[in-house]
Amino acid sequence: MTATISQTSHTSEDVLQAHMLSCVRGERMLFADLDLQVHAGECLHVCGENGVGKTSLLRLLTGLSKPESGEILWKGQAITLDPSQYHRDLLFLGHRDALKDDLTALENIQMYAAIDDIALSQEQALSSLWNFGLRGREHLPVSFLSAGQKRRVLMARMATRQAKLWILDEPFNALDLNAVQALQTLIAQHLEQGGLVVLTSHQNIVIPHVKVLEL
Amino acid sequence: MNAFFAIIHRDLLLVMRRKSEVLTALFFFVVVTSLFPLGIGADAALLRKIAPGVLWVAALLSTLLGLQRMFAADYLDGALEQLVLSPQPLVLLVTGKIVAHWLVCGLPLVLIAPIIGIQFDLDASSLYVLMGTLLLGTPVLSLLGSIGAALTLGVRGGSVLMSLLILPLYIPVLIFGAGAVYANSVGLDSTGYFSLLSALLILALAFVPWVSTAALKIAIE
Repeated sequence: MTATISQTSHTSEDVLQAHMLSCVRGERMLFADLDLQVHAGECLHVCGENGVGKTSLLRLLTGLSKPESGEILWKGQAITLDPSQYHRDLLFLGHRDALKDDLTALENIQMYAAIDDIALSQEQALSSLWNFGLRGREHLPVSFLSAGQKRRVLMARMATRQAKLWILDEPFNALDLNAVQALQTLIAQHLEQGGLVVLTSHQNIVIPHVKVLEL
Repeated sequence: MNAFFAIIHRDLLLVMRRKSEVLTALFFFVVVTSLFPLGIGADAALLRKIAPGVLWVAALLSTLLGLQRMFAADYLDGALEQLVLSPQPLVLLVTGKIVAHWLVCGLPLVLIAPIIGIQFDLDASSLYVLMGTLLLGTPVLSLLGSIGAALTLGVRGGSVLMSLLILPLYIPVLIFGAGAVYANSVGLDSTGYFSLLSALLILALAFVPWVSTAALKIAIE
């Protein structure tokens, strides 16, 4: 545990870059020759109308889909070279919450920790769920939780995942005011610790060190 | 390896929370195999003769019933993306899911087969051989099936397409599985069949997880 923390604080060369990125969906060119750079402690806010390719860009950055042309570099190395190492540093949350409805919030968190190969004790998992206002609901199947509460479970996962790079697709959806505040604080803390965040949102967000990318 | 057991644990837990889907496949196997003795009547010699084929075909079809479930739920709720983005090799997780599928859909068939076999008037040695072939053959069914399940992800009417894709691949398993029981019942040596089934299992274990992993990555893109 201490080892991983000291590792995450050493972030001098953590940088996500994209060069001459082009994305084609079907017949349509969504964007071409896109360059971007996110350094440690920075947040990139991808803006644009519906359908301009925000989600497509995020999926390219995770490596889930391949760009038509161009390349994506993490710490100066193409992400396709060592996907396993890249995935260790990466947390991606998409439109769908990826939570198992039949499992409890606690089980979901623990299962993902095990699959992502992270040591997470039951106390840590519980306390992170409590931090995000899920006290008393940690043993309920996720199908009994509201959309906003599911998002809170995801926030608990973000807090326990120990990833440097967060790629978040519409993380503020379905959240109430308090939860929006909590998530902004969580992201700000992550940035303070030298993390990187790429997110899309239609809301105005109040986070320090935000760069805006208009698609 | 942790992640491998974690994904098996997760899938088994999900099955325990929603038992109906699994019990459907098992019940299907029991009902179909019970219909034959009821329909044909008390002709013990005929029943003994058709038993291997009927039991094996029923095993194929009931495995097919559960296949659609293997990746579809994870695909729909986005969990599959998370598995792809896990630091663990995807092939390890896919293998874990196949193992979980076999534990749920294959192993119960092996265990219940002797009871079903009694309906067909099989003697003890035939029952042992039947169990042995199912033990070697059902993992191959789960493995080969995972290719079909991965290829038809997100396809409309995927389950019908999957049956068309996968059933031809099941033919060798069916031939050697049923052949071993038949050979044993007429007093021939069945070790050759077992060797061939084992060879199929080893081949499938060595190659299929990679094929399914590649198919999953295409489905997700």
